Amino acid sequence: MKLSDHAEEILEAMWIAIEEQDAAFYDPASMQLADDDAGCRELVGKSLVELRHGMLYFRPEGREEGKKTIRRHRLAERLMMDVFNIKGEEGDDKACLFEHLLHEGVDTKLCTMLNHPETCPHGKPIPPGDCCLEARRSGDLGVVPLTECKSGQEGEIAYIQTDDSKKMQKLMAMGVLPGNQILLTQAFPSYIFKVGFSEFAIDTALAREIFVRKR
Amino acid sequence: MSPVTVHKSEASSPRTVVLVGNPNVGKSVLFNALTGSYVTVSNYPGTSVEVARGTAVIDGQSWQVIDTPGMYAMHTITEEERVAREILLKERPDVVLHVLDARNLERMLAMTIQLIEAGLPVVLVVNIMDEAERMGLSFDLPALEQRLGIPVIAAATARKRGIEEIRQAISSLGSSCGLPIAYSRLLEGDIAEVARLMQGDYLLSRRALALLLLQGDDEITALVAGVEGDGYPVLEHKVKEIAFERRESFHLDLSLERKETVRRLMSGVMHVEGQRRETWSSRFSRLTVQPLTGIPLLLATLYFGLYKFVGGFGAGTLVDLLEGELFEGWFAPWIITLVNGWIPWWWLQELLVGEYGIFTLGLRYAVGIILPIVATFFIFFSLLEDGGYLPRLALMVDRVFKWFGLSGRAVIPMVLGFGCSTMATMVTRTLETVRERVIATLLLALAIPCSAQLGVILALLAQTPGALAVWAGCMLVLLVVVGILAGRMMPGEAPMFYMELPPMRLPQLSNVLTKTYTRMQWYFLEILPLFVLASVLLWLGKITNSLERLIDALSPLMHAIGLPRDAAVAFIFGFFRRDYGAAGLYDLQSAGLLDGRQLTVAAVTLTLFIPCVAQFLMMFKERGWKVSLGIFVLVSLLAFGSGYLLNQLLVTTGLLG
Repeated sequence: MKLSDHAEEILEAMWIAIEEQDAAFYDPASMQLADDDAGCRELVGKSLVELRHGMLYFRPEGREEGKKTIRRHRLAERLMMDVFNIKGEEGDDKACLFEHLLHEGVDTKLCTMLNHPETCPHGKPIPPGDCCLEARRSGDLGVVPLTECKSGQEGEIAYIQTDDSKKMQKLMAMGVLPGNQILLTQAFPSYIFKVGFSEFAIDTALAREIFVRKR
Repeated sequence: MSPVTVHKSEASSPRTVVLVGNPNVGKSVLFNALTGSYVTVSNYPGTSVEVARGTAVIDGQSWQVIDTPGMYAMHTITEEERVAREILLKERPDVVLHVLDARNLERMLAMTIQLIEAGLPVVLVVNIMDEAERMGLSFDLPALEQRLGIPVIAAATARKRGIEEIRQAISSLGSSCGLPIAYSRLLEGDIAEVARLMQGDYLLSRRALALLLLQGDDEITALVAGVEGDGYPVLEHKVKEIAFERRESFHLDLSLERKETVRRLMSGVMHVEGQRRETWSSRFSRLTVQPLTGIPLLLATLYFGLYKFVGGFGAGTLVDLLEGELFEGWFAPWIITLVNGWIPWWWLQELLVGEYGIFTLGLRYAVGIILPIVATFFIFFSLLEDGGYLPRLALMVDRVFKWFGLSGRAVIPMVLGFGCSTMATMVTRTLETVRERVIATLLLALAIPCSAQLGVILALLAQTPGALAVWAGCMLVLLVVVGILAGRMMPGEAPMFYMELPPMRLPQLSNVLTKTYTRMQWYFLEILPLFVLASVLLWLGKITNSLERLIDALSPLMHAIGLPRDAAVAFIFGFFRRDYGAAGLYDLQSAGLLDGRQLTVAAVTLTLFIPCVAQFLMMFKERGWKVSLGIFVLVSLLAFGSGYLLNQLLVTTGLLG
């Protein structure tokens, strides 16, 4: 269902108030919406929400749509922060513009690329999509940074993600190359891992940049 | 790096063998086996920053043998790697021995490929075969030899296995330079395009240079720019163009292509039998790195090693024996009688056996007090080094060191600093960034007492209850506060920590002793002249009365920190060697001139005070005059400032009175 950007924002605000803060309804005045707001009319027209006594209530279809909308919003936030490295208010603003592009399966692709994140950068839950449930059901643990592995866990190095080419080369010289097997033997006070018959110690910052496909 | 275009004259200079390879693959042991002379053999990646040279006679011909610091790849990152590559570039080796660890053949073969690609005459030495075989690995090296087109030799240099074969390979190596290794069509195209634009004469193949240019290697870029001159801009443009096209993943693509090449070369070469067995060494290794067992082990190592062995045995038992019994009881009376009986001139008597005489002061301190302490420290350090404990120590402290803007790697110079700060200052060059080096140098100059000083101070303060605790507390507070401030305020990027952990092994006694001996030799050659010089200067000061004047000049400062005027002598001594100053305090205390409070204040100020002349010169050499002078001023201010504050504190609280 394609809604206007404005209508999507109303749905998001409603979702937060009703689903996360347990309000019974949403007061359009808290968004400074006029009585005959176009977004409200659109939502009512599409039978997603009801307007009773000037307050907004979800209909079941609207609740579902709200969940998807908030999910797109928070995925966009993750994208800004984790991939584009745009943080703070600027990241939030950009995410607000970006979320409206995540229709027709783009959200699924983004979610898979981000490895099905469960929370947004502010710590709020991202409602799981079908792709997340499917990944969980099929036991696909995906690719995680070495810092997410537990000691004793073995896996295959998937890729190295760093802006610093020296770091990249240092890691590669140590045998940290995509396709090589890696065994994490310890995670504190430093990360200790084995590649082949050699053992290496690295700090958290470097460990964060090695991505491993867990077995 | 200057372009190397000079050709070595054939007749005059001997032929050259260069040893290259990763750290910890036994290059130095092989070097010793070939040359028969000794250089430091170490477990810690990076201690062999200095380049060892020796000669070997093979088949009646004399060869120059050069041992290089560990390097991982032709594209260099660290200082040590740069040194190693520079040798390959400048020394025109007739044979390059690439030494690698059989257990990690697959990983390390990537560099063999790079050496072959560079057109160097390579012989591959697959070392540490004994341990590999014990792990159940077996190899088909003839197959590898055929595929690479260079001699491949199995060796266990620590067990003297394969040495003869290596010698033969060196003397009989022909002009063949290995078989060409092809990359993907895409990469080959890029290489060809860059290589085509190069006109100059180089020691390395254009193919290798083209790859290094594409990897953005600064030194090679400068080298090529110098040789190509007017033709360079076109070349530079091409390199930038390709670099941009492949910006996503050039380094990675190259590594993956090399990995694939290695996989092809290795197919069927290595066989693994059965399970990976857990050896005692890996079990013990685990104990040393898990916080629950590792921290107690670390503390125990430092307690028994530094406090008991160096402090107790070295600075106590041995010093008593050498200085007390041997020197005071026997040598001093004998030499004094001898000199006074035979030499009629008062000034010469003074120079030789007077208060600041060469024999009675210089030699007594150097041999009687400093020697046993430094010797025991070096034994301790060599044991840690050969056992493979140092990198584990480094990973244990990395988190804490990060507060100071240092990485765990800096633990090596820091611990070494407890032995000899001068040597430690030199070793700071193994740290990766300038920022880390400066911070480490500062902390070494300020708050790390060297073993000689430590020994004397422990002995001095042991007699006043609580004094040792106050002293140690002051050192620790200053170390932490200055460290954290330096870590916060120094500009530059945060340090990163990565280190290979060599297997732990039982140190070989002979190796530890030879190593201690070589270090002692270095130390002695360097310090004995300084001690003699110090004696002479002090004697000059005494007979011309200028020492008195200097002491007078310093006395307001002494007064400010609550010390008697004579303490200035110790500080003046202290400038010649840190430990000399501490030993000077020892004299004052023996004469009953200092009470507990004064002793503590003096010990704190002196430990913090400027490093000895040797360390200062080393700072100067390693860090340049601006940084060294800055550290000098800062350290002096902090030393006397802390002395002043501590004295005020002790006077007000009446502690240690």
